[in-house]
Amino acid sequence: MARNIWVLAEQWKGQISEPTYELLALGREVADAMGVSLEAVVLGDQVKGLAGSLGVADTVITVEHPALAHASSEAYGEVLAQLAKQKEPHAILIPLTNASWDVIGLLPAQLHMPFVNFCGDLKVVDGKLQAKCLLYGGKMEVTVTPETPAILSILPGTRPVDQGRADKIPTVEEVAIAPAEPHVKFKKYIEPEAGEVDITQMDVLVSIGRGIQTPDNVELAEQLAEQFGGAVSGSRPVIDQGWLPLSRQVGKSGMKVKPKLYLALGISGAPEHQEGMKSSDCIIAVNMDPQAPIFSVAHYGVVGDLFEVVPCLIEKAKAMKGS
Amino acid sequence: MNILVLLRMVPDVVEELEVAPDGKSLNDEFLRLIINESDNHALEQALLLKERYGGAVTVIAMDQPEIDDVLFTALAKGIDRAVKITGAEKGLTTRQVASLVSRAMPTTPNVLPADLVITGCQAIDDLDGQVAPLLAYDLKLPYLGLVTGMEVDLSARKATVVREYAGGVRGEFDVPLPAVLGIQVAERPPRYVPVAKVRAVAKSQQIETAAAGALTQVPAVDVVEMKKPEAAGRAEMIEGSPEEVAAKICGILAERGLL
Amino acid sequence: MAETTTGLDQNSCDQMTLETLREFPEGRNIWTCIQCGLCTGTCPYGEHMDYPPRRIIGLLREGMLEEIYNSESMLYCVACYACKAKCPRSIDLTGILLPLVKEQVLIHRPELPAELQKALENMLRYGNPMGESPRKRALWVKTSEVPIRILSEDRRPTDVLWFVECYTAFYPRGQDNCRATAKIFNRLGTDFAILGNEEKCAGECGRLSWESGLFSTLMEYNMQLFAKYKFNRIVTSCTHAYDAFKYRYPVLGFDYELEHTTTYFARHLDKLKPLMTKKLNYTVTYHDSCCLSRHNGYYDEPRAILESLPGVKLVEMTHNRINSICCGGGGGGMWLDTYYKTKDFERLSERRVKEALATGADVLAVSCAYEISRFEDALKVVGGDKKMIVRDITELLAEAIE
Repeated sequence: MARNIWVLAEQWKGQISEPTYELLALGREVADAMGVSLEAVVLGDQVKGLAGSLGVADTVITVEHPALAHASSEAYGEVLAQLAKQKEPHAILIPLTNASWDVIGLLPAQLHMPFVNFCGDLKVVDGKLQAKCLLYGGKMEVTVTPETPAILSILPGTRPVDQGRADKIPTVEEVAIAPAEPHVKFKKYIEPEAGEVDITQMDVLVSIGRGIQTPDNVELAEQLAEQFGGAVSGSRPVIDQGWLPLSRQVGKSGMKVKPKLYLALGISGAPEHQEGMKSSDCIIAVNMDPQAPIFSVAHYGVVGDLFEVVPCLIEKAKAMKGS
Repeated sequence: MNILVLLRMVPDVVEELEVAPDGKSLNDEFLRLIINESDNHALEQALLLKERYGGAVTVIAMDQPEIDDVLFTALAKGIDRAVKITGAEKGLTTRQVASLVSRAMPTTPNVLPADLVITGCQAIDDLDGQVAPLLAYDLKLPYLGLVTGMEVDLSARKATVVREYAGGVRGEFDVPLPAVLGIQVAERPPRYVPVAKVRAVAKSQQIETAAAGALTQVPAVDVVEMKKPEAAGRAEMIEGSPEEVAAKICGILAERGLL
Repeated sequence: MAETTTGLDQNSCDQMTLETLREFPEGRNIWTCIQCGLCTGTCPYGEHMDYPPRRIIGLLREGMLEEIYNSESMLYCVACYACKAKCPRSIDLTGILLPLVKEQVLIHRPELPAELQKALENMLRYGNPMGESPRKRALWVKTSEVPIRILSEDRRPTDVLWFVECYTAFYPRGQDNCRATAKIFNRLGTDFAILGNEEKCAGECGRLSWESGLFSTLMEYNMQLFAKYKFNRIVTSCTHAYDAFKYRYPVLGFDYELEHTTTYFARHLDKLKPLMTKKLNYTVTYHDSCCLSRHNGYYDEPRAILESLPGVKLVEMTHNRINSICCGGGGGGMWLDTYYKTKDFERLSERRVKEALATGADVLAVSCAYEISRFEDALKVVGGDKKMIVRDITELLAEAIE
């Protein structure tokens, strides 16, 4: 029996999430290389209607049940265990996002399968699945060949979202499985307080990281942002310290931004942050560390002291604008 | 309230990481280990829960370099017991550690039952698993990850737990106790403890030990190669004095119509 | 003759606590306080403190410790020695009493300002407050024009053990100082060597800011390190390390000859003068550093160097010598700017550079590694960075020498 590649579709607020489409693009490549089918698995309360957009897959397997309304790791695991037993997939690809985090964590135990984390890319080498994983905050790349069937968590941004969309309508297979009511019960979402600025709508972001050292220097970033009509955003450490509100956070746990200009100041560029900004049109990074991972995603880089470069930048911008 | 915290050590990336001669692992010549950041948050959260609800905190960890310092620091911060699991092989993966720890817990005196088992929700060397859910599965306990806050109702045997999503959105859950929680951040930054206190604790308190059991088979992941990432698209580096750099950047931006 | 303070022995009262003050001469001293308030009046942040030094003594005498522990006041102390220098009873507030108070404040506070906490944790773990890998500490050596011997690589005895210290070794502007220092040693024909990556912070600012345990750890480490090598004297670039070695380390047997680079070079001025072939054409004003000058009385030596530089004219700021205003970096202040900002305090470094600018000088000369970054920063903030540059005396000296 052909062992197919599965993509576990992720939903966010009733829609299929963008990382899902990225995974379909990636999964398509892998399935084609192996000569097997690509199947998207969609679990939820009412999900049949979502299947139509997943046409890059050959088949969409849906399971509907109220207990699946929220991505509960217990209920998802129970359903996927049964499905996997029936259909024996070769590999299950899941987007490595906050929404899917718990499912990713529990599934390897529930399915008794090997698990590969932090996958930045997948290839098929001599008929075997090979993953390139980023460890130690992006400082090392590890090539891994898991025993299959395996579960792999895939970092967002491996393939363009559009590559995972197609007009084709896939075959839909509805499977009836009734998982138990999970012990851990979802109650509600808590939306963030409306920040005065929606950083996802800004053309220019001046983004600060640990290298900014003190909240004084947030002001410096604000002055720079002002020159370009932009806003200040930050990586997780800056928000955790309380130097910027949650609404300004860029990264896995924050916002995904695609501004025309993303100035990364003192941001090392760990994968969690890169996820949030790597699709920006123009990324310019300033960092003291020539090995900072941010330089691999930036278009332009400066190895230097942001406290020297930024004031000069402000001056120069003022001069060029004649203001 | 009885809280069990699992602490792990990870490579300290302040030190330059190098690949070992075998081409598949980290060169340990200059490698230092540091407490996993989110485990440090789990420890802080445990201390906060103890302050709020009373009870005792036990910390459990695998024996590895610099772990004694970490455990004495935890004791100085106010945990009640520290247990070190000794005799395990070196170089265990996350999944192997989870398996070893989950089997050591029931056999180490007075560790279980706990009302809450908490640990960090991630670590930079989690190649083959996340420790919290794997522990939860082995201990047959409910699990929630990416936790950023909680209220505990011991009499009702449940906790109201807040978990993080993207875009600043959080979710609220009811979690029955006992449970395993993967902590993203504690409700407060990890506290400081004076060195003098840690030194005093190191002289006056003991770290208990428990022998690691035999390693059981866990689904394995074969590492073919480890290397420093080649930047797929490396940035075009801008050189010069700060003034020159600023001028070049403004030039680039002007070309792109951003200035 | 340098004005020295009475230098009450900071180590004889190493075991003193706030509860056992009466058992030690330095502790009993506080009962001679006449509550004149000179300490508070001269304290750079005294106006902001609920419990400035005078009140702290008053409370200590009455055993009312809780009030002090729960106040923020001690966070504003930058350990500048001004109170100690002015005290008519020679009570060593800065060196002995206030560190004891600060230590208790740290223990009683639920939370430390994040930046300070990080600096202390880094000092313990990495031997420097920046959190840099110790293996990068001697990277600057590659950029030196003159050869630098590192003792772990070449264990032969040396005359001078040059204790470089953290800000000097890791910060780019500090490395300018390193290169200048090495050049001058070289021109003097000094036999010198450094500890390189083995060197860890001497710990003085940990000592003065709350953390006697951290200090002890660093002190024990450094003393063991010194014992490994043979040298005649220690010359250090850091005024705080100088203080640590002079006043604290003797408790573990430190008895090496000790100088700061400024006083070492001042002592060798006769040999350096013939080498000063470049005319500098600077008007220079000198900022007396708290440790070197007010605490140890070295007011004339830095000035002697500056006055010997060709083309240099020396002008004085309003507050000079014993009245010099601290840059704000001591006692943990280096890592409390964030915190002071939340209180809307004027930065001491800004206050000071305004005075410097008022002299009309084009160079602000300093002797302490903290001062370079603090004053350069402050000049940018007050908009004086085009009018005045900041240079360590060592850098000026190296500039004058070919």
